[in-house]
Amino acid sequence: MLEDHAIIAALIQQSGRNSGRKKLQKSIYIFQRLGFPFHQIFHFHFNGPYSEELSVQLEELCDFGFLIEDREETQNKDETCSYRISEAGLDFLSHYKNVLPNMHGLTQHVVAQETWFLECVATLLYFDYLPRVEAVEKVRALEKRTMNEDFDHALAFIDELRSLQSAECPALR
Amino acid sequence: MTRSYQKLNEEKVFKDPVHRYIHVRDRLIWDLIGTPEFQRLRRIRQLGTTFLTFHGAEHSRFGHSLGVYEIARRVIDIFKYRNHWDDSETMIALCAALLHDVGHGPFSHSFEKVFGTNHEEYTQKIILGNTEIHRLLEQQGQGFAEKVADVIGKTYPNRLVVSLISSQIDADRMDYLLRDAYFTGVSYGHFDMERIWRVMRTQDDQIVFKLSGMHAVEDYIMSRYQMYWQVYFHPVTRSAEVILTQILHRAKVLYQEGFHFKYAPHPLIKIFEGKMTLQDYLKLDESVILYFFQAWQEEEDAILSDLCFRFMNRRLFKYVEFTPSLIGSKDRLVEAFRDAGIDPDYYLEVDSSSNSPYDLYRPGEEGERQPIQLLMPDGTLHELSQESDVVGSITGMRRTDCKLYYPKDRILDLPEHSPYRKTIQDILGI
Repeated sequence: MLEDHAIIAALIQQSGRNSGRKKLQKSIYIFQRLGFPFHQIFHFHFNGPYSEELSVQLEELCDFGFLIEDREETQNKDETCSYRISEAGLDFLSHYKNVLPNMHGLTQHVVAQETWFLECVATLLYFDYLPRVEAVEKVRALEKRTMNEDFDHALAFIDELRSLQSAECPALR
Repeated sequence: MTRSYQKLNEEKVFKDPVHRYIHVRDRLIWDLIGTPEFQRLRRIRQLGTTFLTFHGAEHSRFGHSLGVYEIARRVIDIFKYRNHWDDSETMIALCAALLHDVGHGPFSHSFEKVFGTNHEEYTQKIILGNTEIHRLLEQQGQGFAEKVADVIGKTYPNRLVVSLISSQIDADRMDYLLRDAYFTGVSYGHFDMERIWRVMRTQDDQIVFKLSGMHAVEDYIMSRYQMYWQVYFHPVTRSAEVILTQILHRAKVLYQEGFHFKYAPHPLIKIFEGKMTLQDYLKLDESVILYFFQAWQEEEDAILSDLCFRFMNRRLFKYVEFTPSLIGSKDRLVEAFRDAGIDPDYYLEVDSSSNSPYDLYRPGEEGERQPIQLLMPDGTLHELSQESDVVGSITGMRRTDCKLYYPKDRILDLPEHSPYRKTIQDILGI
């Protein structure tokens, strides 16, 4: 009963304040690919993997009063949303023990990144069934603004996340 | 360079209730329709369990797929006439339109939830794997099948081709809204599709709409809104979906526990074991699944036979609105169900909007969803809800709905003065 909602709420609790829907989408996709129990279906959209299911679940968590959505203006004058857990959300989570392993270090490392970078990482992971060179070519064709050094950083970041995950949550390997 | 594709000696047509006629002039399209993988779509309903709510909704994914192809064909003709289209993409786009749903399985949505399958992945596998469809596509040139798969997967570099099949107003949505309205018999869901085609323009590899056509686009958005709440997200259909999901769950658990079925589910065994091949998947359709539901009413397992009886005879679960306060009572409710001998794992289920494969129009989400853009007379683009009061008024509205499903008949059959019956009735407010 609402386990998938509880997992999202638990992630937001662990990560503290989570800025930006897009960042949350990409972070959860990355965690899913690392083996964490996020069950949403992602499809490829204009900016990489995106889950409509996750987007509605976030809205439902806000409607229930378990998450608080704050709207902020970015430096470019665009509006962005951030999420934090409410008192009611903490009470909700008290009914769901251990839905998400402790991944505090990993979470902090991911949310500290820029959104565009997570977009690149998530997109590379989306094509990780291809050899790395082909995956990079594929992303390059779709994300024309991504530079060579961005790919190098993103690929190194994926390796780093896998090492962190092995250290923090070895059971998922 | 634009290559030429073989034409049929004479045009073939399919009579269709939505488009009147569906025209096929290309040999490849005709041959694709004839493949066993595509013919299988005749045995998969477009709207899953909706036929239990709207009895006319027996139409198949076969008809819808032909409809999407026909819309794509007509829109491409308009774009070609306006010199807005690269003709070398035509056959790729038509094949993608025709095949976009070819990976759907029986009662896809429930099936995917229980078995973790994904119809979009199966679409890719059918196009790229060892199938008749793949052989036909590759006869057009090496890599042709991969291009078609990329368009459907939205990973094709030409975004205009992708937008035709998959965007906020695309051939897929236009066909299913009109087709589903026709077959369910509802009076909403209609809009002037030809008018929308006429005001479509292309700009920077996206499809935009002339301001003068805004009212036709508004009608489309309102249709989508009405169909979402009145048909796609109907609470009775969702009840049938919940029961269907629980049947599949139960059958899988029983198989894994070594239960001796009177009617062994041979076509499902590979999926229960997590070893399903593409060929196994292609053997499944709704006729197969419904055969087992009918037969399993005679199984010794009380849960499986009861759930199958409910599905086949439309004895569906009732529902209450699921509110945050119910969360606080969740553990007590589950306990009372257990005390009453009603297994909450199969007879108590929350269903929410995030479970729906359909969505409502929203202006965008931090660049994740391309909004509908209106082309203004000065050449600038304005997002639809900024210009349209009608669309503006519904885009900010609630799109979530959560219900708790339970078997009311079983609750009312419990001993009248039993404490667990009282607990259940108090919590559910029945």
